[in-house]
Amino acid sequence: MRVKVNGTEMEIKAETLMELLEELSINPQRVAVEVNLEIVRKDRFSEYKIKEGDSIEIVNFVGGG
Amino acid sequence: MNDPLIIRGIEFKSRLWVGTGKYRDFEETARAIEASGADVVTVAVRRVNIIDRTKENLLDYIDPKKYKILPNTAGCYTVEDALRYARLAREAGVSDMIKLEVIGDEKTLFPDVCGLLKATEILAKEGFIVFPYTNDDPITAKRLVDAGAAAVMPLGAPIGSGLGIRNPYNIKIILETVNIPVIVDAGVGTASDVSIAMELGCDAVLVNTAIAGAKDPIMMAEALKHACIAGRLAYRAGRIPKKLYASASSPIEGMLT
Repeated sequence: MRVKVNGTEMEIKAETLMELLEELSINPQRVAVEVNLEIVRKDRFSEYKIKEGDSIEIVNFVGGG
Repeated sequence: MNDPLIIRGIEFKSRLWVGTGKYRDFEETARAIEASGADVVTVAVRRVNIIDRTKENLLDYIDPKKYKILPNTAGCYTVEDALRYARLAREAGVSDMIKLEVIGDEKTLFPDVCGLLKATEILAKEGFIVFPYTNDDPITAKRLVDAGAAAVMPLGAPIGSGLGIRNPYNIKIILETVNIPVIVDAGVGTASDVSIAMELGCDAVLVNTAIAGAKDPIMMAEALKHACIAGRLAYRAGRIPKKLYASASSPIEGMLT
């Protein structure tokens, strides 16, 4: 299905957030995820079903002051 | 020297806090932090690079078990953005601490204090331990206490400017005005700036650019570590009052006549 991840439109195979993180080779421990501006808690990644057209943001920590 | 800083029950061993921005690479970041002796490091919240997954993660180099990670809301110009970044930071991290920035202007990066007060109040109610980056204004500092801040972080000078502590008198008044820790954030250019802040009685100093931008960041990190300890000790030891005229150090008694 087509979704937007971090501002980029893409076609994904994943059906849940956990599967999406796996598909993108992202360690779920070190990120926070927002779907359509709502934060999804880590413990819900496996059960959270992605829908066509969802806007997903995956963030982590980078160097900063 | 057993002189820990305790904020909301969290013990901080070092009074020098450091940022992780502007370094050449993660290895240099890690070495500079180690040399600084800091146990608090600030980080920013940004999108994961989903195109290039070979990019390494900052936390591979900075062990969250060894360091207290203090995420910031840098780059946020509205209350809404700051709240969004703070909530994401809490979700990505391991603690409720947030270095809250609501920036008012791109050129100066001075804080928007109206937005800062609003965001502090909301986040404090949500259980965050809020460290607001603020102006060197005692009245704003007082309002931030009322809003639920855990400490106040007045700037010494604009972020990354290296201009030092531009208004030590205001910092002194802030120290006398609020009953929560005061941590100077931004403006430090070199070791003496850190000492000045600590001699004033500040509880800690946060530095990023002065270390990362130095010709030798690792050596500068070590210099600031010593400057911080020296300033703190001098504050606790109690400096002599300033006088206009001399007072001899050697006795008059016993002089040859």
